[in-house]
Amino acid sequence: MTFGAGVLTTVSCKQPLGKSESGAHMRAYGERSPFEGPVRVIRELTASPGTGSSRTPHAEMYGTITPSALHFERHHSGVPSIDPAAHQLLIHGLVDKPLVFTMTEIKRFPSFSRTYFLECGGNSIGEQSGNTQPDVQRSHGLLSCTEWTGVSLKEVLRGVGVKAEAKWMIAEGADAGRMARSIPMEKVLDDALLVYGQNGEALRPEQGYPLRLLLPGWEGNANVKWVHRLQFADAPAFSAKETAYYTDLGKDGKAQIFTFVMEGRSVITRPSGLQKIVPGFQEITGLAWTGKGRITRVEVSTDGGASWGDAVLQNPVLPLAVARFRFPWTWDGKEAVIQSRCTDETGFLQPTHDELIDARGSNSGYHYNAIKPWRVSADGSVTHV
Amino acid sequence: MAVSLMFKLVVLGLIGAALWGQGRPATAEEIRRLDLTVFSDGRGLPAGKGTAARGAAVYKEKCAVCHNDKGQGREGQWPTLVGGIGSLATRKPVKTVGSYWPYATTVFDYISRSMPFDHPRSLVADDVYAVTAFVLYLNGLVEQGRELNEKTLPQVKMPNRNGFVPDRRPVVKAER
Repeated sequence: MTFGAGVLTTVSCKQPLGKSESGAHMRAYGERSPFEGPVRVIRELTASPGTGSSRTPHAEMYGTITPSALHFERHHSGVPSIDPAAHQLLIHGLVDKPLVFTMTEIKRFPSFSRTYFLECGGNSIGEQSGNTQPDVQRSHGLLSCTEWTGVSLKEVLRGVGVKAEAKWMIAEGADAGRMARSIPMEKVLDDALLVYGQNGEALRPEQGYPLRLLLPGWEGNANVKWVHRLQFADAPAFSAKETAYYTDLGKDGKAQIFTFVMEGRSVITRPSGLQKIVPGFQEITGLAWTGKGRITRVEVSTDGGASWGDAVLQNPVLPLAVARFRFPWTWDGKEAVIQSRCTDETGFLQPTHDELIDARGSNSGYHYNAIKPWRVSADGSVTHV
Repeated sequence: MAVSLMFKLVVLGLIGAALWGQGRPATAEEIRRLDLTVFSDGRGLPAGKGTAARGAAVYKEKCAVCHNDKGQGREGQWPTLVGGIGSLATRKPVKTVGSYWPYATTVFDYISRSMPFDHPRSLVADDVYAVTAFVLYLNGLVEQGRELNEKTLPQVKMPNRNGFVPDRRPVVKAER
């Protein structure tokens, strides 16, 4: 079909010689403006490439969705390069019929998309032990929120026939270290997904391309990336990453194990550490999330916790996704301590740092979810407390 | 969370129709080749054997470059493998294979799937048994000449075997 616009195109092609004011060429795959700078902060833990973490710059993010290029990362054996045409998913163990699926076959299942947060079990690990970070990216950056697309794991399992004796599913990645985690059957049969899409396009390699296990509301590590093997068993594997790591050592020397759910928490992302504000109107904004459903309320205090007011939650508030909150504030130029606290649909109220330490001690490390206060000094600079 | 009503209706509507994405039967050979899981009761352990005495040589060649000559690790880079037994309830707990890991089978599983870091799965089963024995020996948990194999490894008693409890959160009951 031909449109009148074709005539305009012909005219506009006849540019006068000299400097053009018609702008840059188009790009087949877009990039952000060169004037924009937020990037992940990378911390590599070993001399081997890609092993460590990178954090989302929350102070400079808007809304609720984390751009794929800024999604946090935590890799234990680097990022593998996987050709989806060669990738296979083996499902075996306590099943009637062990099967192997190609990516093409996985994608033939009915697909759907859901928005879920993902948070590393070790997010804010330093906050508990007193090693407080200077800004919200370093203290809370192992959290992101994405529209994931994939298939329901239980639908894929229909043809396999998981036996009644199976109580656990051991999920293994195709990364160099073949990282593995044991997942209880209840979660497998509830809302577990196999995802291949991230914010409308294929998963990024760093998020498990071409296939990732997605366990809504559960600690990031259990959401096994590059997943290539699912083994059903009557017992957990007690793999290194579910015993030596991601367990919560308490004051009595006993450690909680299989602590999957990320409990409710919130944080003010603006104004936050290393930023500087001026007196007058100042919107306080941040994020709240819970692995137990929906956030129902976020309160903000600007007087060190003496009084609290309700923040406005951006609609829609989706279950197991981050909620964006906003709270109008006029800063009078005097020193202030600002903080947020959330309540989720189970009635869970975010604890203070002292309440959390009192209950858990200082050494559990993982799953830290206490209130985060920021100090605004008289000169407007914001620092951690 | 429940899958949406719409999705359930679609699924119901298609019951009886051909299954999507059939997959293909997995062969016993490929399951054997890919299945790395070692369970705490020893299921999944391959045939083989090794002692700490022999493991010392493998460790020196394959492991010491990162974990140091006696499993001390290297500060901020590579984890410490030894020590810390009895420290878990103190203010400065030291979590190592010896002090924290509940099962010796996990040591074998982790070394066989993930180590050496730059060439994982390059050790034969006898070498994995030997290095596992050496790391346990460094922690004072097995004798230098004790043979570890698929029968004896699961019997090694780890100090923190009973140190884990189920998720008991929310441990914090915040009230205002």
